[in-house]
Amino acid sequence: MIKAVMVMNTQGKSRLAKFYEYLSVEKQQELIRGVFSVLCSRAENVSNFIDAESIFGQDSRLVYKHFATLYFVFVFDSSENELAVLDLIQVFVETLDKCFQNVCELDIVFNYSKIHTILDEMVFGGQVVETSSSEIMKAVEEISKLEAASNAISLIPKSASGWRSR
Amino acid sequence: MGSQGGFYQSKEFLDLVKSIGEARSKAEEDRIVLNEIETLKRRISEPDIPKRKMKEYIIRLVYIEMLGHDASFGYIHAVKMTHDDSLLVKRTGYLAVTLFLNEDHDLIILIVNTIQKDLKSDNYLVVCAALNAVCKLINEETIPAVLPQVMELLAHPKEAVRKKAIMALHRFYQKSPSSVSHLVSNFRKRLCDNDPGVMGATLCPLFELIARDVNSYKDLVISFVSILKQVAERRLSKAYDYHQMPAPFIQIKLLKILALLGSGDKQASENMYTVVGDIFRKCDSSSNIGNAVLYECICCVSSIYPNPKLLESAADVISRFLKSDSHNLKYMGIDALGRLIKISPEIAEQHQLAVIDCLEDPDDTLKRKTFELLYKMTKSTNVEVIVDRMIDYMISINDNHYKTEIASRCVELAEQFAPSNQWFIQTMNRVFEHAGDLVNIKVAHNLMRLIAEGFGEDDDNADTKLRSSAVESYLRILGEPKLPSVFLQVICWVLGEYGTADGMFSASDITGKLCDVAEAYSNDETVKAYATTALMKIYAFEIAAWRKVDMLPECQSLMEELLASHSTDLQQRAYELQAVIGLDAHAVACIMPSDASCEDIEVDRDLSFLNDYIQEAIEKGAQPYIPESERSGMLNISNFRNQDHHEASSHGLRFEAYELPKPAVQSRIPQTLIASTEIVPVPEPMYPRESYQTTMPSIPSDAGSAELKLRLEGVQKKWGRSTYTPATSTSNSTSQKTVNGTSQGDGASTVSSMRETYDSRKPQVEVSHEKQKLAASLFGGSSKTEKRPATGHKAAKASSHVVEKSHVPKSSMEVASEKAAPAQQPPDLLDLGEPTATSTALQLDPFKQLEGLLDATEVASAVNGAPAASRSPDIMALYADTAAGIHNKNDADLLSGLSNPSVTNMPGTTAMPQVTQSSSKGPNPKDSLEKDALVRQMGVNPSSQNPNLFKDLLG
Repeated sequence: MIKAVMVMNTQGKSRLAKFYEYLSVEKQQELIRGVFSVLCSRAENVSNFIDAESIFGQDSRLVYKHFATLYFVFVFDSSENELAVLDLIQVFVETLDKCFQNVCELDIVFNYSKIHTILDEMVFGGQVVETSSSEIMKAVEEISKLEAASNAISLIPKSASGWRSR
Repeated sequence: MGSQGGFYQSKEFLDLVKSIGEARSKAEEDRIVLNEIETLKRRISEPDIPKRKMKEYIIRLVYIEMLGHDASFGYIHAVKMTHDDSLLVKRTGYLAVTLFLNEDHDLIILIVNTIQKDLKSDNYLVVCAALNAVCKLINEETIPAVLPQVMELLAHPKEAVRKKAIMALHRFYQKSPSSVSHLVSNFRKRLCDNDPGVMGATLCPLFELIARDVNSYKDLVISFVSILKQVAERRLSKAYDYHQMPAPFIQIKLLKILALLGSGDKQASENMYTVVGDIFRKCDSSSNIGNAVLYECICCVSSIYPNPKLLESAADVISRFLKSDSHNLKYMGIDALGRLIKISPEIAEQHQLAVIDCLEDPDDTLKRKTFELLYKMTKSTNVEVIVDRMIDYMISINDNHYKTEIASRCVELAEQFAPSNQWFIQTMNRVFEHAGDLVNIKVAHNLMRLIAEGFGEDDDNADTKLRSSAVESYLRILGEPKLPSVFLQVICWVLGEYGTADGMFSASDITGKLCDVAEAYSNDETVKAYATTALMKIYAFEIAAWRKVDMLPECQSLMEELLASHSTDLQQRAYELQAVIGLDAHAVACIMPSDASCEDIEVDRDLSFLNDYIQEAIEKGAQPYIPESERSGMLNISNFRNQDHHEASSHGLRFEAYELPKPAVQSRIPQTLIASTEIVPVPEPMYPRESYQTTMPSIPSDAGSAELKLRLEGVQKKWGRSTYTPATSTSNSTSQKTVNGTSQGDGASTVSSMRETYDSRKPQVEVSHEKQKLAASLFGGSSKTEKRPATGHKAAKASSHVVEKSHVPKSSMEVASEKAAPAQQPPDLLDLGEPTATSTALQLDPFKQLEGLLDATEVASAVNGAPAASRSPDIMALYADTAAGIHNKNDADLLSGLSNPSVTNMPGTTAMPQVTQSSSKGPNPKDSLEKDALVRQMGVNPSSQNPNLFKDLLG
């Protein structure tokens, strides 16, 4: 099971944090800081795996990938395969890339809810549900379309009712 | 920038993000965020906010909370948004509540109804959003409220919904297996879903179900194999390909499931061989995901019933991993090697150089994984090198969590495979010195006991030598600044017990050091207490030896300081020290016999020595004692007066019911008397008999003794011998064990000469610059040079093990389990009944073998004679010979209880945990027999001898 997904920049600023078990805000921050302090002490050209038991407790591994100014971090337990999770990060980033055309840190900051939508299509309740980036894209686009439509529809009655009540 | 449909953001949000991004300090960032919180608090409660605006506020709240600030004031608004009709707003609301709330939050009750409604919605996106919330927000109590709807969704036309419904059901199962146990069969059904994505998602819950209960899913083996076969043969649509691999994630999940199902099941495993072999062949090893699948194949192969061909393919892949430049692949290779080594240990030898490269790699993760591998492959031949390496690494890291783990592993390996006690003590010293506060206190007690009991044989000379070397090393170590408390306790105890025993150091040397310790670590009461008791012992030994004792001035001042200490324990010890110094030699010799920490203590339970005193009291008019059983109605009152002494005195009537009387033993007079002797300073709880003599006149009336006793009991548990031999508590002598009373057979000389072999070896093996050497010592070596001497040494080592083993039965249980190397090879113990095997081994003087005087083949045959003999043990002999029986650990208690009363006492309370500990690696005779055979094969066989280890050993 996947325990947490985090995206943070190289300064340690959190860009996305999703924990699949409930944790208090303080605990979340503590974990994010813990992960960052480990990440920034890692040299280049070393493995992408970290034994995370000292941060997340028994049976937890951490896989991270460094893209430009961002660290993508997945924390999971022994029921997942490290190399496969590394590819899962790849799928996630590829999807973001398709979605934003050359994704950069700012895209992630400004499209916070969309990033969550993408992640929700991939990982659901801690389990990987979809690993094909084109499938994820399809789903996300459909959501966007329907949301836009429902938004447009909802705007009319709202303005109408606002007009009526005036 | 993100201007794609639906994700509108206002300038305000952009400004917020930007200003936070530009903040130069945490304080500045906090200020900005607090400002933002104020703004949002004000805005969000305004009436009639447009939905889009509201949505943005909520996103801003989520953002703030991600930065670690409290956004709870907005939770209710997020909940309100989930009620909205607009999909965009609703989804935002659900996103926010899943991030904000937990399943036990008060607001959940407001959402459950909405979720119920939304699960029935026509719009599948609404359903998906609701399912998402279900996973996070539904707890055990609310599961029934949404379960029917979720079940319906399992048959939803949209595959995305079916997938999520399965996951939600899986989540319910994780949270409360009982509430959905009747629905588990649905997972099986969904396995046949038309959509491969749904099938793939179903594998997640099935994996978990199978992990919990393998046997009820054995029937699915064929189905899983055929699915895997189809996937591997690219029968799925191209959409599931990833980097030219057909649905690799599904393959991985399936392989994981097969590994579970095939574990220890030959029939099930045979169904899998073909498909796993196919994947091995077809898999593309150039891509990351291909290697992920290959790695999973190795895991599967090492878990299912072994198949030589598959093992071969697995070994090939591992060697490819290890040779790769990628650290990730090396890591996976090491991990896979650790799995495979259990089945085919010889594979490690091929990769020894690669493993050593990984050990020296700058990558910490890889290093740790390699240590894990080494830990798995430790045996008595390479334990020294491995533990040495581990300790070096342990010293170099700061991560306390991992330090603790590696320290406990060092201790475990040292206890299990230690080649000599000397080495064991040295290793323990290093572990304590660098991670003393992180290791379990029991380890310290084991070490003390080992030093106290020595080899458990009557070889006093060797024991003395061992102790002297311990004392010497501790005196040296004491010079180091800042030692861990636990280690200091060990040091103080050993110095007190044996500091002056060999006459090398004078009492003033040792006491001076002890005073220094007490002064330097004046905040640590435990250490101070140990030091004080140690001082007392030293002075007691001096007095008992009729030597003149002049207390050092610093010791005098320490004692004076402690006499006024706030800690009653320290105070008591100081008074004891004062009292002991004032006594004459004869009395002190009784109180503090030298080197008697392992001696038996006999307790006079009848307290016959008090007869005179009682007589005197009765003559003075005291009431004679009436045993409780003979007392009538008065009994209860006196009982309760003991228990509720203070309560009874404060008010005359009790209104609540009395509790049931405690077992009668509690209030017997003898018990009370024992307790009352304890309130006066008892020098050491170990020697209660002697202390009675000194304290007899001061026995008070038994009225208040119960309470006083309570306090002392706590102290006693914390201090003194009872900490590591709980059996020594004053009222219980039955669990004492006789150590020095055990007999010693022939072959003592061989043992001592073997010890010298170890003594002459350099304590630290410096081979890091020569990997080849290290490899040889780790893996048993593969180079063929220096064949003869190496063989000779190996044989010497092996034979000395035999000798050592043959003596173990005579030693105590505890020592046996500490010297786990012999103890985990029960078959050899049966050699006792085989005099020929033992004597052949005895003839092999290790030194002669080293010089190559003895023919290698002869050595081999001599050693191989032992297992041959032990393979056909006389079962009845096992029962007749209790000594041998002890080592058949599972039967130890039974057997010893049956035949030999003197041994009955041995499996005391402390022995038991150790037995379980050491039996974890060699739990049953069969395992250990196999292991033993393996060790022989690896160590004695001329083809795998180890010239360099030999060199290392001899220095």
